[in-house]
Amino acid sequence: MRHLLSAADLSLAATTEILDLAEEMAQVQARPVKKLPALRGRTVVNLFFEDSTRTRSSFELAGKWLSADVINVSAKGSSVSKGESLRDTVLTVAAMGVDALVIRHSASGAPGQAAQWTDAHVLNAGDGTHEHPTQALLDAFTLRRHFRRTEPDRETFAGKVVVIAGDVTHSRVARSNLLLLRTLGAEVVLVAPPTLMPAGVESWPAATSNDLDEVLPEADAVMMLRVQRERMSGGYFPTAREYTVGYGLTRDRLTLLKPGAAICHPGPMNRGLEISADAADAANSLILDQVAAGVAVRMSVLYQLLGGEDAPTPIRGEA
Amino acid sequence: MPAPAPHPTSGGPAEVLVVGADLLGQGRADLLLRDGRFADPATAGPAAERLDADGLVALPGLVDLHTHLREPGREDAETVATGTAAAARGGFTAVLAMANTNPVTDTAEAAEHVAELGRREGSAQVVPVGAVSKELGGVELAELGLMARSSAGVRVFSDDGRCVHDARLMRRALEYVRAFDGVIAQHAQDPRLAGPEACCHEGELSGRLGLPGWPAVAESTIVARDVQLAQLTRSRVHICHVSTAETVDVLRWAKARGVDVTAEVAPHHLLLTTAAITGYDPTFKVNPPLRPDEHVAALCDALSDGTIDAVATDHAPHARHDKEHAFGDAASGMLGLETALGVVLETMLLPGRFGWREVAERMSVVPAHIARLAGQGRPLAVGEPANLTLVDPAARRVVDRSASASLSRNNPWHGRELPDPVVATFWGGRATYRR
Repeated sequence: MRHLLSAADLSLAATTEILDLAEEMAQVQARPVKKLPALRGRTVVNLFFEDSTRTRSSFELAGKWLSADVINVSAKGSSVSKGESLRDTVLTVAAMGVDALVIRHSASGAPGQAAQWTDAHVLNAGDGTHEHPTQALLDAFTLRRHFRRTEPDRETFAGKVVVIAGDVTHSRVARSNLLLLRTLGAEVVLVAPPTLMPAGVESWPAATSNDLDEVLPEADAVMMLRVQRERMSGGYFPTAREYTVGYGLTRDRLTLLKPGAAICHPGPMNRGLEISADAADAANSLILDQVAAGVAVRMSVLYQLLGGEDAPTPIRGEA
Repeated sequence: MPAPAPHPTSGGPAEVLVVGADLLGQGRADLLLRDGRFADPATAGPAAERLDADGLVALPGLVDLHTHLREPGREDAETVATGTAAAARGGFTAVLAMANTNPVTDTAEAAEHVAELGRREGSAQVVPVGAVSKELGGVELAELGLMARSSAGVRVFSDDGRCVHDARLMRRALEYVRAFDGVIAQHAQDPRLAGPEACCHEGELSGRLGLPGWPAVAESTIVARDVQLAQLTRSRVHICHVSTAETVDVLRWAKARGVDVTAEVAPHHLLLTTAAITGYDPTFKVNPPLRPDEHVAALCDALSDGTIDAVATDHAPHARHDKEHAFGDAASGMLGLETALGVVLETMLLPGRFGWREVAERMSVVPAHIARLAGQGRPLAVGEPANLTLVDPAARRVVDRSASASLSRNNPWHGRELPDPVVATFWGGRATYRR
């Protein structure tokens, strides 16, 4: 694998390999000494054009526990406003001799463009309202573990129904998750008010609904998407209260879920808006497991990208 | 009354005898270019340069209603000299220079400055377009009358790049320019339905790529309003770069009612589709955006049947560093002058949708009439200004963005084979381009 730009880049076999390796990485995480020498001598740059504490920290730890040298470059506002083009910024960073660029950008497509300009491996850490493939991988990792509690031999998500509810239009998490969940064989139902359903969704490989109550009883897992409060001024919905009544995972709605159905949220949560405290803290909530899975999954992805064919040659005499 | 000939700086032989050109595909004849006008070929002097036009078609010099020359203000992207050199290379003898320069062309002085730059440095007639509103602000009218009375003689007014969104301002502008036979050229984009961030046709692809959508109705609803305002005010409205099937429907309706509305389509909207942006290449970012196949087909039909009156390039040069951003952050616009005729041949002439006469109509005669340019778009006849484009219908080439007269390289046709018909362009009898 040269780059990870979209969840669509991942076949079922590649996904399974990443998730299996992530399980091994998670074992390392449980050790008192967490470092593996796998990426010693490799350099990973977190090039973040948009603020993100949790994704950046997660990639940083993942790289460090694999013994890569990791630096963070915050390029927020550095391109358009300072007159430097995206290409200049990417080439400047890449020119320092990095092996992988982990890119987060507020504009859709930016990591894909960067991949055309540089020889470094490019990893999409979230681009605009397009994709966030490592989030989808860590969600799949979390769900697979969850399903395996009752079905230890489960490999794919065939026969499982996953409901993704909220601001689908503006959600990169929803796009990547839909692609990966389909690759894993799950059925996906997207739920949103019509204003937050993307154009052309009828051609997506998912069922759609405007009625959360109707679909929750079918769900083996429900992923609640973060709703930005500024969507209200955009006229997407009238008030937070009305949104919660229609599309929030409220305490009352928990009773509609099958026993054991998983509750996920990519964070950060708007407690009381799209998800109630009762749901977030429920026994079936996997929200903290998702965060914990982030490092293991990103270790696995970094290893897949950097640990393979072109591993660094030891310097003569040192070996 | 004979139309006044432009007076480009002189150069080259005093007389050029074009031998055996096919005039608008209607039959072969010789053309003598003398003192800026066509003269009787029988009177050619012995010193006249003979240009063998066997196999070539003669068209009146093309007129582009919609060019961004970027001077003054962004001379790193284009200048009057380089932009009109690209125009000549594309067979144009006149370009209307849009007002969104820095400073904006919103005063008589600014318009005269642009016209003067054209006279001094242009390889084609440069006709300034005046802004409709001060600073393109969409709030107060610019000095439309003073621009019209200036030596630049502005007749076309546009806030292009921005829509004259306020209905009352649009109404007043239409009413006001009627006094001097002006026309308001509208960039139809409802800013509430398609704001500045909108960059992809709203549809399956915008949803999949996660790009802010630009719905077709953001154009057609403004056009529906403006044709009714034109009817109310008995004035002239021109619709820039029509990009949607819905707008075509509105134009048909308005024309059937006798509204004085004209419309243009850009070459890129006749051939490129939304699919071009799948890889987020900002070269293909343009406003209005590329549309899906069904819109492209509707635009070709409308150009063919005359619902759309003219082809206009919307030539929009941009410095590399303004394009090499993320798609959503990059500047909108693409080059068009050098390839426009080739695209029209590819989409309209070669498939048999229309002939050379229609090419001349849609790219020279009608645009000149819309802009009230007396000396352009005239018949290839004795006594008329010698604005002439000679084309080789069979020539094709793979477009190479580095081989351009423009200062910019945002060429969406790079690497694509297209007709490359222009062999020579004469503006006022002077060769401004020779292959």
